[in-house]
Amino acid sequence: MKQKTSKKIKEFLIETVLFLSALSSVLITAGIVIILSYESFGFFKEVPIKEFLTGTQWTPLFAEPKFGILPLVTGTLLTTFIALLVSLPLGLIAAIYLSEYAPHRFREIVKPVLELLAAVPTVVYGYFALLFLTPILQKFLPDLSGFNALAPGIIMGIMIIPYVSSVSEDAMKAVPMHIREGSYAMGATKLQTAIKVLIPAAFSGIAAAFIMGISRAVGETMVVAIAAGMMPNFTANPMEPVQTLTSYIVQVSLGDVPHGTIEYKTIFAAGVVLFLMTLFFNIIGFWFRKKIREAY
Amino acid sequence: MEDIKKRIAISKLWNNAFLIVGLLSTLIGLVLLFALFIDLFIEGAPRLSYKFFASFPSRFPEQAGILSAWVGTSLVMLVTAAAAIPLGVAAGIYLEEYARKNWVTGIIEINITNLAGVPSIIYGLLALGLFVYFFKFGESILTGGLALALLILPMIIMATREAIRAIPNSIREASYALGATKWQTVKNHIIPYSMGGILTGIIIGLSRAIGETAPIITVGALTFIAFLPVSPFSAEFPFISFKWLLDPFTVMPIQMFNWVSRPQAEFHVNAAAAGIVLLIMTLVMNAVAIYIRYKFRKKIKW
Repeated sequence: MKQKTSKKIKEFLIETVLFLSALSSVLITAGIVIILSYESFGFFKEVPIKEFLTGTQWTPLFAEPKFGILPLVTGTLLTTFIALLVSLPLGLIAAIYLSEYAPHRFREIVKPVLELLAAVPTVVYGYFALLFLTPILQKFLPDLSGFNALAPGIIMGIMIIPYVSSVSEDAMKAVPMHIREGSYAMGATKLQTAIKVLIPAAFSGIAAAFIMGISRAVGETMVVAIAAGMMPNFTANPMEPVQTLTSYIVQVSLGDVPHGTIEYKTIFAAGVVLFLMTLFFNIIGFWFRKKIREAY
Repeated sequence: MEDIKKRIAISKLWNNAFLIVGLLSTLIGLVLLFALFIDLFIEGAPRLSYKFFASFPSRFPEQAGILSAWVGTSLVMLVTAAAAIPLGVAAGIYLEEYARKNWVTGIIEINITNLAGVPSIIYGLLALGLFVYFFKFGESILTGGLALALLILPMIIMATREAIRAIPNSIREASYALGATKWQTVKNHIIPYSMGGILTGIIIGLSRAIGETAPIITVGALTFIAFLPVSPFSAEFPFISFKWLLDPFTVMPIQMFNWVSRPQAEFHVNAAAAGIVLLIMTLVMNAVAIYIRYKFRKKIKW
């Protein structure tokens, strides 16, 4: 009898420990929210929110600091947009090919290798963007400066192709066979079926893939920190150097900014904007993914 | 009739053209990776020598090496593994085997999905505010390791859950039928059978952590370190010391970043050499993970 009670206590203790481990993930989120809001609260006490959101000059490290976040936001959106121009078409075509055309053996080999692309450290991709792609691009575009938004954007696009293609492929694979067969029976080719039937049917999944791709590009740090230059430039010109939210945080962290100063707090303010942007995309992506499961 | 034949021919042509376009789009990433690999190798291979691994960074590119960087990476990974593996596996076990369907579980699940999408540099800011300044760990190996542990925690949790979910319910029921408690079932059946998947997830998570640069820069790892942390092993009692936990450090990707961002081309050679080492490390880890997954999948048949 006594043995039974001690067994029960042991079971209870183990369950509690396991529960606390699971709960720790919630604490991480809470930690992120608390730290970001606490530090940026100090920032917004000194800088009016209106100036922060509408200013077009970002020079917090100058003698006469200006705190307009817009150049960093446009820099982030510009590199993200270029990355999407590369990854969306290529990722979607690759997904259609892998899901509808490729022989089974080919898919079995290519998919794990594509996953390897995601394993390459981003700092290596940054090296590639700065020292390999930029010199090549400069041969075609003589006006391209040594640091620019174009090369890191393209490299980031290639980086996220596997994400876009694997999620889109899963969505297309989930479309039931009889829907395809209906289309084939009407005399449609595989390509016509893919474009007119599968893409609309798998729309939620493909949208989720695209949005997760956007979120990754927005949060990507090292490629832009290395190859885009560290110039907060309020521009939409991909030939010029730009600075993103992430690469600004890197720039400040590399220097010697004392704890508690306004310069130190700017990285948390930039972090809040970054966090909210990715959260926004993640929520939309999450919503689309939930719709996939409800579809059939 | 002619008209219809023509339309069919055109459709078929497009269809066949897509075979080529699709193949090219699928492979372009791989081709580029291959090009990168070759470019890196041509640039950096001449610098790879014993001296490169045994020297500290230096003002003179030919004399600079990655000693402090690879030692730092190894120590940081020790901390990351020690923190993330037990926590992540335990959380995964709880969510699959113990959790009841209620709102707390719901929040935890949504939260983990969301954490997986948070940019890595945000984890760096969290670690900067929490570990460096609140807990006063300073800009140390401990801080860096914990920052990366938080980053890969969602990956390990998700891998553990997926591995456990693959175990059929009959196994659990057989164990309960013999009078085993929940924990005995988990310890003797669930964990051993899901080991392959869990290990794969752990290795992939750690390989991601090795290549992560942004959060480590944010917590203030130095880019120029010409000394080693206190050795974990000593000749006198108690033989093992944990003083290294609070030492400043640098890691491989930061060393490479530092060399890439210098204007002199000689340092770019060093960056390429460091890139080769980094790339081989992560690719080997991923290959091991894929092999383990394959091996366990073959061994276990339900």
